[in-house]
Amino acid sequence: MKLIEIADVIRSKNSGPYEITFDVIFKTRELYERVCEKNAINKENFAKLYNIPVKNVMEVVHFDPVGAVKVTIIRPIPSGAFGESDVYGAQQHAPLMGMDIDI
Amino acid sequence: MKELCILSPTAILGYGFPEASFIEGMKHKPDVIAVDAGSTDPGPYYLGAGLSFTDHNAVMRDLSFMIPAALEAKIPVIIGTAGGSGAKPHLDWQVDIIEELAKTKNLSFKMAVISSDVSQETVLTKLKEGKILPLHPAPELKEQDIIDSVQIVGQMGVEPIIYALEEGADVIVAGRAYDPAVFAALAVKNGYDRGLSTHLGKILECAAIAASPGSGSDCMIGWVGEDYFRVDTLSSARKCTVKSVAAHTLYEKTNPYILPGPGGVLNLTNTVFTQETDSAVKVTGSVFEPSNPNYVKLEGVKSAGFRTVSICATADPVMMNQIDNIIAAVKDRVKSNFAGSIGDFKLDFKIYGRNGVMGIFEAGGFPQANQDSKPHEFCFIIDAVAPTQEAANTICSFARSTLLHYGYEGRISTAGNLAFPFSPSDFKVGEVFEFSIYHLMEAPEPLEHFKVEIRRCGK
Repeated sequence: MKLIEIADVIRSKNSGPYEITFDVIFKTRELYERVCEKNAINKENFAKLYNIPVKNVMEVVHFDPVGAVKVTIIRPIPSGAFGESDVYGAQQHAPLMGMDIDI
Repeated sequence: MKELCILSPTAILGYGFPEASFIEGMKHKPDVIAVDAGSTDPGPYYLGAGLSFTDHNAVMRDLSFMIPAALEAKIPVIIGTAGGSGAKPHLDWQVDIIEELAKTKNLSFKMAVISSDVSQETVLTKLKEGKILPLHPAPELKEQDIIDSVQIVGQMGVEPIIYALEEGADVIVAGRAYDPAVFAALAVKNGYDRGLSTHLGKILECAAIAASPGSGSDCMIGWVGEDYFRVDTLSSARKCTVKSVAAHTLYEKTNPYILPGPGGVLNLTNTVFTQETDSAVKVTGSVFEPSNPNYVKLEGVKSAGFRTVSICATADPVMMNQIDNIIAAVKDRVKSNFAGSIGDFKLDFKIYGRNGVMGIFEAGGFPQANQDSKPHEFCFIIDAVAPTQEAANTICSFARSTLLHYGYEGRISTAGNLAFPFSPSDFKVGEVFEFSIYHLMEAPEPLEHFKVEIRRCGK
């Protein structure tokens, strides 16, 4: 299934000028737990989805209080540098919506 | 321990709030009104240019409610990262607005202005002493980055604000400040737990963005007690839920359990969120862990040159099918005409309709769009950056005219390749900037780099 079918928040935003962070909040506790158990969102598949090196995925954190998975990557370029397409980093989430999730 | 109440009118000063929500907030008899006025989110331009990303009239509108209400209730108003970036020109802009307001409304009060500018000399010395830490993934700081920086600010914690409160300031205009600091300062001064106060500040700094439905232009209110804090909305249109409040802890942060800031780390490993009423959430267990030594986060920008952009578009399928070749050819022609004669320039074409939004990722991060649907229009933004405005104008104009009349393979529409929505077609942006410093500087004394100036405002 696609991530958009099991999450009610999928968003991206700068975390400072050198990182973009992605939050996925799942519709139910059970879905969150299954995603964690299967490690369904990981550095490798995230890097593949965004066509970036695995080492540029800084962290994948499972945040229990909300039932959320958070992925933070090194920004391809610093915010506002030449070649920028999204200064706030708030519109980089679309590929994540279509991510295939096997749970 | 009696609760301390903090009113947060809006996510960013100038983003507005419904008057009814603000009045409702004042009914709770808050001990302080605090507001965040800035961010690095809008990019490096505003710090470099000394301008605010918010608007004079919008900031005036918000303050015209906040300051008179606070003076009447005899509580302080605290503004953080004034003017959007918190450097001297931003503080001057903010102070002018407040003085204009005092004059118009015939108000008189004690104002504290806290500077956050850090001189090149200071940063150069600290670099030589090995007292600058890189903040991964920002690159390591080099001497030249410091020399090239046109503005450098340090991020203050609660200490300079507490100092201003102790001096009896009615209105505090703080330069670059850690977002939660303006909310947490009074609570920390009055002996409330720093971890809980800071975490409450984290939630209040974006006001009703932490509610459901979220809004960047509505008020929120919070109370800190001995071993908890709670937050509530001020409009029946929205509620705080465990999910909305806890989710806000994730917002814009790398790791939601460990949140570094001035003076230490906010550790949320044992934080518990509980639905207290229909619209209020109670939070316990957030802990502040002091760091030794103390660090100040620095932000600096340097000039990136001057920019001119042109906006144009096409709906021609023949052209769209070979757009990559056409743009490569246009770039080559610009290069062969001007390389070496006009200084180093950069030329970029953003193609909306094909990876315009996600252009920072190689080959696009959105393969689905390429497969499933074909756009029937492309919008182009031609972006030229060069050492002078004249040079940027030349590059942009030449790229635009070349693209307009480029005779690509199989062209049928020979009158012109582009639709321009505007005359003039090219926009002179002026000088633009890029981040040059985003590092931690060792600063044993938290007040050291922040000067508090007390003055009288109004008659």
